[in-house]
Amino acid sequence: MPLHFELVTPARLVRSDDVHMVIVPGAEGEFGVMEGHAPFMSTIRDGALMVYKTENGTPEEIQVQGGFAEVGANGLTVLAEHVEG
Amino acid sequence: MASLKELKGRINSVKSTQKITKAKQMVAAAKLRKAQAAAEAARPYAERLAEVMGSLASKVSGDSAPRLLAGTGSNQRHLLVVVNTDKGLCGGLNSNIVKEAKAKARALIEDGKDVSFYLVGKKGRAPLKRDYADSIDYQFDTSEVRNPGFEEAAAIAEELIAKYDDGTFDVAHLIYPIFQSALAQEPTAQQIIPVPAPALESAAQSDAVVEYEPGEEEILEALLPRYVKTQLFGAILEIAASEQGASMTAMDNATRNAGELIDKLTIQYNRSRQAAITTELIEIIAGAEAL
Repeated sequence: MPLHFELVTPARLVRSDDVHMVIVPGAEGEFGVMEGHAPFMSTIRDGALMVYKTENGTPEEIQVQGGFAEVGANGLTVLAEHVEG
Repeated sequence: MASLKELKGRINSVKSTQKITKAKQMVAAAKLRKAQAAAEAARPYAERLAEVMGSLASKVSGDSAPRLLAGTGSNQRHLLVVVNTDKGLCGGLNSNIVKEAKAKARALIEDGKDVSFYLVGKKGRAPLKRDYADSIDYQFDTSEVRNPGFEEAAAIAEELIAKYDDGTFDVAHLIYPIFQSALAQEPTAQQIIPVPAPALESAAQSDAVVEYEPGEEEILEALLPRYVKTQLFGAILEIAASEQGASMTAMDNATRNAGELIDKLTIQYNRSRQAAITTELIEIIAGAEAL
């Protein structure tokens, strides 16, 4: 089951994808989100999001700065102030 | 009656004016598309943020609410953040914004409130200074940046929040135009500080048990400044789109007027040229007959 993942900055919608898992650098430690995760909200610190497209694939790193992550019924949404690249 | 040379000079000068207005119109049309795209691209972030804000604000209320949400407890000193353009040639856009700002200020003063201004963009300064010379306290200069973006919005928001924390004002309103089309830009006033609790659209949404990390209040506290930034960013995008839209319309009119003027002057020029030729001919014939 894929997880719907969205990465949004004030300027644009950076990513809107179905992925396997995303590891988010939360303010109180990293956490991984997969499909079916319980509703959850956390602020994030500056760091890299690890996006696993498939279960055994190599993760894609996205550097983000400032923001928060929300896990809801429609997947994971990361609102970041700044995204590198 | 103007001489032929004079008429020719005027036609040429109107023609060169028309060239300028036409160029400005085309530039504005191209920039408008870009500005509109930018405004559109910023919408998802603002929407999501408002959603999250709404669900959080309904949970954290009462005494524990942060000051940015609950207010200072007073409602006396108001700050009007007026967003104008830096450049002219955009029709009545700036004067409409200033008019809205003045109306808001007048209403607040009639209620016995203190009003001060925070100006963004150059063009609102002079007309507001005429009426409220003593109340203009701060200014933010966006004229040095080519395309004001989120960084500028963040800088403005941080300055506002710092002033709010210092107790310089109690309530801040944002006055900016909402871009409807190239023909219509509606100036609006909106309260930004304290943050008005967004109305919850779906009450069912708050039923889900959401876990918060670190805690609801901490998240809300981190969220509120970001929300203010987003609002200002939205205003900056709207003013950019409005400026180009208004400029396009105004320059279109100017180009058309210049065309009409050129036609009129050309007719006048041809008439006086003909008159001059006729007079000359009559003189020659009269001279020949006299011999």
